Amino acid sequence: MRYILLIYGDEQAWGAMGPDEQGSEFAEYNDYTKWLTDQGWYEGGEPLHPTSSATTVRVREGETLSTDGPFAETKEQLGGYYIVNCENLDQAIDAASRIPAARGGSIEVRPILEFEGPPPS
Amino acid sequence: MLATLIRVLGDFDRAEEAVQDAFAVAMERWPRDGLPDNPGAWITRTARNKAIDRIRRERTLRAKTEVLAELQRIGVMATEDPQEREVQEIPDDRLRLIFTCCHPALALDARVALTLRTLGGLSTREIARAFLVSEPTVAQRLVRAKRKIRDAGIPYRVPPLDLLPERLSGVLAVLYLVFNEGYSSTAAELVRTDLCDEAIRLGRVLVALMPNEPEGLGLLALMLLHHARRAARLSPKGELVLLEDQDRSAWDHDMIDQGVATLDRAMALRRPGPYQVQAAIASLHGEAPRPEDTDWPQIAALYASLARMTPGPVVDLNRAVAVAMADGPAVGLHLIDRIAASGELDGYHLLHSARADLLRRLGRREESIAAYRRALELTTNPVERAYLERRTNEVGAGP
Repeated sequence: MRYILLIYGDEQAWGAMGPDEQGSEFAEYNDYTKWLTDQGWYEGGEPLHPTSSATTVRVREGETLSTDGPFAETKEQLGGYYIVNCENLDQAIDAASRIPAARGGSIEVRPILEFEGPPPS
Repeated sequence: MLATLIRVLGDFDRAEEAVQDAFAVAMERWPRDGLPDNPGAWITRTARNKAIDRIRRERTLRAKTEVLAELQRIGVMATEDPQEREVQEIPDDRLRLIFTCCHPALALDARVALTLRTLGGLSTREIARAFLVSEPTVAQRLVRAKRKIRDAGIPYRVPPLDLLPERLSGVLAVLYLVFNEGYSSTAAELVRTDLCDEAIRLGRVLVALMPNEPEGLGLLALMLLHHARRAARLSPKGELVLLEDQDRSAWDHDMIDQGVATLDRAMALRRPGPYQVQAAIASLHGEAPRPEDTDWPQIAALYASLARMTPGPVVDLNRAVAVAMADGPAVGLHLIDRIAASGELDGYHLLHSARADLLRRLGRREESIAAYRRALELTTNPVERAYLERRTNEVGAGP
């Protein structure tokens, strides 16, 4: 089963970290991605620029509206994601718990909606 | 059979449908053809065949071949016995079902509803009545829970060894919650014995399936020891009777003996835990012929152990009450005042009623009344309220 692991954390806390701290956190992520790959679960994952660089697009009554910022102001912000392919939720939970941001932040584990065979026409 | 069908079909609803189909056929056939020699085995076989029919008709089911093969295999097991003895539910399947229903990814109220529905066999209506919510609410919880199990890939299995300790404590928490709901409710009726009986029954199932888990034994012992006192907890007028005032001859001493024996089994495994400690405390009460025979110093020591295992203000409060019994109200009050000072239990009516009781025993009447009044502000249970009002009036009337 495929899951997306959505990584939520406090951007301000991250921004307040010095370069050494950030460097060591990146190293942790490298280790984690390697572990995920060794498990045979890794399918993808990227870090994201902070929400200050986000643009939210909505189309209402044929008009495209672009606004600066994330879709909603939240206490924790989406900072990245992983896509994993594993057997069941317990394994996905295990994977999520090892993400460095899980300490202090939150990882949302969401199953990916799969279609069997060709999509309904 | 239900647990096994759930495992094989991988779906709660399909399994229930198969069993319902079987009953529907029975309603039709049995009046006409007469009751079969072994109705249970008949239902089991028919449910299995109905499940096979449904699976065959489904075009999109994953792993259809494997599912059909497994269903056929169960069929072979069922008919191999020439005397057609009832197919014993595979114990492992019941265990798998318990752990699946209590998976932490499900909301707590969903775990409770699902456990009572699939393991307890309670109807949606019975569950709704027991927890004082509407039937549609319970129905929706069940639908959502089953959908989540399917969509999120909650595995249908006994958790692997590294996850087992935390998962088992999750299962025990659900059972204890059901028991407590029955033991002391917020409704007018203080004790709803059906839920207690059900929690104990499920506790026995769990213990039979996992006989070497000491906390499972500890929880069962605890529930038995509490439930043994049910007949004495309310007066004929429906008033709350405190432990020290209960008619001990009305206690179910067989159940107390069972509780003690279960606790002994747990302790022989030499892995202490919070349920075992609580059961030990309950057993000291249960075995005291009269209130004055209660071994309070030992109870206070047990609460101290419990506080080390599961620290928190409520345990501290219970310990303070035991210390008050062992060493006098002044010592106990000192401990309770320290707990009260932290503010954590300010909204907890039992803190204030415990304080009120000790103040009363020390002759500090006005402070006692004030504390009883505070407790009253925080209690919604009419039986408990009546008790607190009575106490307030007694203290007010004075010696």
